[in-house]
Formats: sequence, C-alpha cells, structure tokens
Amino acid sequence: MKKKLLLLVSLTLVLTGILSACGKSGSGTSDQTFRMNLTTEPPSLDVAQAQDQVSFTVLSGLFEGLVRMDAKGEIAPGVAEKWDVSDDGKKYTFHLRDNAKWSNGDPVTAQDFEYSWKRTLDPKLNPPAPYAYQLYYVKNGQNYNIATDNPDHVSDPSQVGVKALDDKTLEVDLENPTPYFLNIAAFFTAYPVKKDAKFGEAEGYISNGPFKLKSWKHGDSIELVPNENYWDKDSIKLKDVKFLMVKDPNTEFSMYKTGQLDWSGLPTGSIPPAQLDKLRQENNKELSIKGIASTYFYNFNNTKKPFDNAKVREALSMAINRQDIVDKVTKAGQTPAYGFVSTGIHGVNGEYRSEVKDDYFKEDVAKAKELLAEGLKEEGMTKMPEFSLSFNEGPHKTIAEAIANMWKENLGIDVKLELQEWKVFLKNRQSLNYDVARAGWGADYNDPMTFIDLYTSKSGNNDIGFKNPEYDALVKEAYSTADQQKRVDAMAKAEQILIGDNMAVMPIYYYSSNQLVKPYVKNYVVDYSGNLDYTRISIEK
Amino acid sequence: MVRYLGGKLINIVFSLLILATATFFLMKAVPGDPFTQEKAIPPEIKANIMAHYGLDKPIGEQYLIYMKKLVQFDLGLSMKSQDRTVTSIISQSFGTSAKIGAFAIVISVIIGVYLGMMAALRHRKLVDNTAMFLAVIGISVPNFVIGSMIQYFLSVKLQIFHVAGLESPIDYVLPTIALSTLPIAFIARLTRSTMLEVLTSDYIRTAKAKGLTPRAILWQHGLRNGILPVVTYLGPMTANIITGSVVVEQIFGLPGLGAYFVDSVMNRDYTLIMGITIFYAVILMAARFITDVLYIFVDPRIKLSGGVVKS
Repeated sequence: MKKKLLLLVSLTLVLTGILSACGKSGSGTSDQTFRMNLTTEPPSLDVAQAQDQVSFTVLSGLFEGLVRMDAKGEIAPGVAEKWDVSDDGKKYTFHLRDNAKWSNGDPVTAQDFEYSWKRTLDPKLNPPAPYAYQLYYVKNGQNYNIATDNPDHVSDPSQVGVKALDDKTLEVDLENPTPYFLNIAAFFTAYPVKKDAKFGEAEGYISNGPFKLKSWKHGDSIELVPNENYWDKDSIKLKDVKFLMVKDPNTEFSMYKTGQLDWSGLPTGSIPPAQLDKLRQENNKELSIKGIASTYFYNFNNTKKPFDNAKVREALSMAINRQDIVDKVTKAGQTPAYGFVSTGIHGVNGEYRSEVKDDYFKEDVAKAKELLAEGLKEEGMTKMPEFSLSFNEGPHKTIAEAIANMWKENLGIDVKLELQEWKVFLKNRQSLNYDVARAGWGADYNDPMTFIDLYTSKSGNNDIGFKNPEYDALVKEAYSTADQQKRVDAMAKAEQILIGDNMAVMPIYYYSSNQLVKPYVKNYVVDYSGNLDYTRISIEK
Repeated sequence: MVRYLGGKLINIVFSLLILATATFFLMKAVPGDPFTQEKAIPPEIKANIMAHYGLDKPIGEQYLIYMKKLVQFDLGLSMKSQDRTVTSIISQSFGTSAKIGAFAIVISVIIGVYLGMMAALRHRKLVDNTAMFLAVIGISVPNFVIGSMIQYFLSVKLQIFHVAGLESPIDYVLPTIALSTLPIAFIARLTRSTMLEVLTSDYIRTAKAKGLTPRAILWQHGLRNGILPVVTYLGPMTANIITGSVVVEQIFGLPGLGAYFVDSVMNRDYTLIMGITIFYAVILMAARFITDVLYIFVDPRIKLSGGVVKS
C-alpha cells in the first residue's frame, strides 16, 4: 500500500512537472505577435456585409481604403496618393498609387473601388448589404439601392456617381457637398473588393491592406500575417496578429494577466466591472481610459402622456445627479452629458463640444419640482402616474436603479424598472412601445451630423416620436452647404432645439473606453470613436 | 427484434417532426428578428433583406418551405454569419464539443465505476465514506464553479495550464475535468448502490459457494449486473455532454456547439436555431435508441419475441 502511494505521488509530481513545462513554453510569445480578444466570431468579413465592431476591427487590418486615418486622427493617403475636390465640394477625383497591390499580387485599380461600391449598393446583392446607406452620399446611391416603392429608382448602375476614368483615376460625384466625405472614404464600407475574392474562409480571401488572412477557425480564432504586397509594408512591424473569440470577460482578464493576451477591453473585449474598479483605485499603469464619441441617454416617448410635455421631460432630466452616476455607479471614467453630440467630434477648427458648450440646462431639483407641477397641470394631471423605465441586460440595471432612486427622492415619483431581452427591448423601442427607455449612440463618422440627423422626422433611428419642422430645416441647411462654420451653426441650433428647448431625450454621460495594454505594446492608436488601429504596432520587449 | 427497433425508429421520426414544427412556430412568436439592431437599418434595406430570406411571406408558407428543405437535409444559410451554412457551423463546433465530451465520458465512466465499486466493497469503511463525500461535492457543486476554481488555481495562480483556448493537447485537461465531475459523482453513487444490492444477492452467494475467485465474482457476476443503471444513465448523459456545455465553453473560451445554441437564440438566427435544435434532438434520440439496443445485450432478462416487450 505504501509503495503504491509513493508511486502515485511521484507520478503526480513528474506529470505536474511536464505539464508546467508545456504550459510555460506555450504561453511565451514570439516577437512581434499581437493578441487581442474579439469576444465573438465576426458575422462577416465581406466588406459589403460587415456592420459591427468585431468585423470592422478585423477588416481594418486586412483592407485599406482610398484614404486612411493617421495616428493623430487626420486623413492620410491610403490607396489614393492624392485627390482633388471641386469648388462646390461635390466632385472628388482620386489618384491611385501605382504600387498599391492585392495580397495575390495584382494591382489595386480604380475599377476595384467602382466594383465594390456598386456591389454594396446593388439591391440584388445576395443578401442585400445592410450598411449600404453609408454610400448614400454618392450621387444616385440611394436611388439605385432602393428598388421597391421608390419612384426615383435608378436601375442603371452606370448612373451611380462612382466611375473609374482609367486604372488609376476614380471620380466620385456626391449628392450634397459633404465636408466629411474623406472620413467616409476611409470607412470599411468604402474598401475596394477584388472581383473573384471569397469571404467565408481564409482560402481564396483576397485583401489589399497591411495584413492578409492566414487562418480563420470559426468561433475560435483568426490569424493575420503581413501582406508582402502592401505598398507601405516597411511601416508594418508585426509579424502575426492573433484574434481570439473568448466570451467570458473574466476569462479574458485572466488571459491578459497570464500573458495569453496583449490587449484587453474595448473596442472588442471587456474588463469585468469589479476588476476595472480595482485597477482604477490602484492606479494601474497598464490601464488606459479615454473618452470616446458615444453618448448614453434615456429616450422619452415624446408621443405618450405625460412625456409629450416638454416641462415634464425637463423636470425628469434636471432631477438627477449625473456626476454621482459616473462617480459612484458606472465608475469607468465617463463624463456627465448635458448635450446630445458627444465629446471627441470635430467642429469648425477644434472640437465641436468645446466650440459649442453643452450648457443647455442645469441640474436643479427645486426648478425640476416647479416644472413637473406646471407640466402635469398642463396635461390635466394632479400627480405623476407610475411609469416604466425599460432597459436591456448588461450594466444598465444599476444605472436605472440609481436614476429611479433619484427621481423618487427628488420628485417623489414611482418608477417601475423593466429588464427586457435585447431583441424584445429593441422591438419595443423602435415601435414606441415604452415610457422611458435606455439608449446609446456612437459616431459613424467624425462630424456632429452623425448625431444630429438621428432625430429628423424621417430618420429610421428616430425612436422617440420627435417631429419638429424647424429641426428638419436646420439639418437640411447643414446638408446643403460645404461651409463648415455654417454647418456647425445650423447643427448647434438644432441641438438647442433638441435638448435645450425640448429635452426630447435625456443625456446622461459620454462614454469612455477602457483597455489594459501590456507595456511592450507600442504605437497603437485608439481613435475618437474608440476604434483601435493595430496595424502600426510594434512589440518592444 | 426488428419490429421492436423499427417501431422505435418510426417513433423517432414522428417526434422530430413535432419538435421541428413546435420550435418553428415558437421561434417566430418571439418578438424581434435577425436584423433588429441598435443602429436600425433603413426600412427599405431591411425590407429588401427580409424578402431575400423569405421572411416577408406568410408564416404558413415559410413553414412549408422550411420543412421541404429540411426533408432534403438542407438546413440553409445562417442569417447572422451570412457566408456560412448551418451544416458547416454545426459540424465544426460539434467536432470540438464532441472531442472534449468524449474525453469526459470515458474518464467519468472509468473513474465513476471504479470509485463506486471500491465504495461498495468497503461498505461503511473509510474508502466508502471518502468516495461518497466526494460524490456529494461533485453532484452539488455546479461545473461553472469547479471550472472557474480550477482555472483560477491551476492557470492563473500556478500557471500550469493555459487559461483558455485549445492550442495544444494539454488545453483539453481543464475543460475535461470541469465536464466530468458531475457524471463521475453520479456514476459512482449509482454503481455503489446497485453493487451493494448485487453483492448481497443469491447468485453471488452461489458463485462464492462454487469457489470462484473474488476477482471473477466481482467482474463477471457483480459488475455486469451492477453496471445496468449506468448504461441507462449513459445514453442521455452522452447526448448531453457531447453537444456542449454553454457554461464550460464560455469559461474556457471553447468554440463548441453550446455557445452557438445560446447565441443563435439571442440573435434570432432562425435557420441556426432550427438546425441546432433538430441536431440536438437527433443526438438525444439516437443516444436513447442505442441505449435500448445495448440493453438487449447487457441485460439477459430482456427477451424480445413476437413484438411483445417483456422487461
């Protein structure tokens, strides 16, 4: 018996030794490898089908548009080495560089861009492209894309305002002067597509960016390696980019700690809230916190009593303490929001939010009580009826509880909290089947318009029932001119109507992006909206 | 016997049909669709996409179209991962789940039966008490607790294993342990209780009286009878384990079927929901069918004649 025991113990020891040796050798990194978590499988790596952060993160390494964003967030030459803009701002002519090549060695031509954009806009694409509207700036783009119930439908693709004049010259005609069009041209919907490329697997996948797709193990990992045909390959230091798909934030955190990941947190991962709080308190050097261009707010159902009354909406908005919410509830470095357009968005010369202050209202409990009484009187009510505040899973419950508490304490209002499953929640919100609902919006491009045109009467994302002809006119005015000062003035006036005069939604905070980055990861760029440019990263151990 | 098994097969096909129908209509009754999202797609584009997938047709017609394809074994394309067929998603992720599941089953049966027999042989002694104490822990502590614990101690603290992923064979160890604790405990208890019963029965006494060696008594006469409930349990357990555990897959970041099942429902990925539900049902029914067949061989008392089942 003793002998057996001894044997067992020694066997265990030997095995543990072998295992730990294996484990150690496996977790060491080879030089110039960058590993981050995507959390989920990208739904599609087809330029025309992609529409989410995960797909975008992978695509941004694989492709390059006519222009790209440099480390400072400025437009830099991409496949196009230079471009001309007509005086009215409606015609762009891009001159493509000669040495831009696909991962299979073929040159990238103007025809590849024309093909890609028209493919995305094609109403008969299989399946139709969900993000096609990103190309509606192009002349006839919308009328070509929308075929049913559209009297202005253009069935002839040659009428669409994108044309290859020759292999290296691309001419783009726009519907309106669009000062941020180069931003759109850098966006993934505007990447070129090679005609015979396949998108479902690594095999047959052709791209033109700094990296090419080495492997795609569905649901498990994606690996990128440098594209030796990339024109700026000397700037690319990484030899291997590895994306993992780990769903559990705690697992992601452990993997970061043990060196299986070099990056954790946004844009495509997350840091467990409890850990984030701890990291912030100990002032961890690997943690970086940055404001990003997204706003967290509550929708009021502007069509439902008593929320159709501006005074009631204002009262609710003035009766909460936003600083307390970001300091004591969300605790991730967010900033209180008193406007709708978030921080980090370009204005005329600098940032919009410093040129147009978000001082549309002040938190004031006494004033809120007055407004509420007045508003209810106008509505013919004596007391605020009990209403529901709906939200989806995630961190939203604690925020809702805090706000409901503030309303209860400051205004004596009873709120019913309603947690709804994601798609049910969206469905209810989009069909105006709610009283007050949690919402969030992130910038698609770096211009206040990405927020402002949300609430025009006809916007598909207007899920608050807000209709204001003056507002619509201001948005139209901003659309019609290329003069940035005039545009910003019009959009600031629109924001004044939306928040200052009507409080159509209740701003709560501007988002922040948190990530853990190993100290040896250099030259990464997190842009204004929280996207990560990993293409120029170098590992310096 | 052919009639007996044939009857069971017809039963399976019929059950599958009912299951597919019920799932189809329940799934459509849930609010939302695959293309609802925070940043709404313009209604015209969405209408275009819905038409592409035939989701604009009346629900009865959608059902008939789906069933017609199903009969031809065509599960269609996923609506979330547009470039992939449901069949390829299932076959790839099932591969991972089945591999880890198979390890877990083999280990559970070997360790579980061994522990159970030892406990029965040393009834009310230290070995028995220890084994049964461990079994109680194994049954009552959920696998996500065990998974997180071994991950924390063995991977984060001691750094013996990787935290997650399946890069090398060694990475299979932790998920296998997490998956097998419950079945080990369950099998150990099952084996122990039946063995206790078996060991006091008449034919064991007869065998002893015949002068057979204790080893022969235990393995030939004891175990064969003692293992019957384990075989019964093995059917549904196999189906359960090889189709993937959502929680264990999540903790160890494994690309298994369980995660896809939950995601498909969250995403309202209709074709994938149907595909995985039907696949899961097929596995479960196949496992039970095989159990029935195995029974005929293991249990000599089950005799089938003239289509009448006597058990």
